[in-house]
Amino acid sequence: MSRAAEETNRRMLRARDAMDRAYGQPLDVPSLARIAHVSEAHFTRTFRATFGETPHRYLQRRRVERAMFLLRETDRSVTDICLQVGFASLGTFSRTFRDIVGQSPRAYRKEAVSAGVPTCFTMAWMRPSE
Amino acid sequence: MFNAITHSQIYVLDQDEALDFYVGKLGLEVNADVNMGFMRWLTVSVPGHPERQILLETPGGPTMSAETAQQVRELVTKGATGGTLIFSTDDCRKTYETLLQRGVEFTDEPTERPYGIDCGLRDPFGNHLRFTQPKA
Repeated sequence: MSRAAEETNRRMLRARDAMDRAYGQPLDVPSLARIAHVSEAHFTRTFRATFGETPHRYLQRRRVERAMFLLRETDRSVTDICLQVGFASLGTFSRTFRDIVGQSPRAYRKEAVSAGVPTCFTMAWMRPSE
Repeated sequence: MFNAITHSQIYVLDQDEALDFYVGKLGLEVNADVNMGFMRWLTVSVPGHPERQILLETPGGPTMSAETAQQVRELVTKGATGGTLIFSTDDCRKTYETLLQRGVEFTDEPTERPYGIDCGLRDPFGNHLRFTQPKA
């Protein structure tokens, strides 16, 4: 009984590590489910039960966090950043970004760059929460 | 007041499996492996540095209810118990290649940071470890 929960957690963690590492690539439930050695049907439900959010949402937040970093620290175009962090379309990226962060990528960049806050603070306070 | 940190502790779910990993794969040395009766006192250290030991402890025992121990075990496997170990190395990339060949699971590959080159891995149980090649 308990062994099963541990085993499941460990597999979910493995899939989550894969998302942290490979967020820039196209990731889908089938490939993540394979990494976790569970069926697709189970994967989303089990991931959510383990970590409190769906794998899709976790991946979105990871990608948006990386986009926020690139917007602040580089002058790469929004389109380039969108593709680099793994979004397939600029429309989806902008919509997701605004949904999570509360402003458009361009507006965020403008505000974040002008504030001149030390990077340790921005890192700690800028990560989007759920 | 103090001279050094001599021991730190991390939770492992099985001490034999922990030995296979920390000694067998990572190349640490057993410092102490003593059957105390009430527990197995198992510590490892970096070869040549017995002054800094890592206690590989299983959750449980008289001070922790079975329920709590189970909670701890589940948190370890979610990667949520902290206890990150960070090592230093002369050659991050070479060590990474060696460990990769031994089947070690990496979370992130050797990457340049402001402080040097580092990478991250997991032990079999979910603990997060890193090793850093400091900037020259």
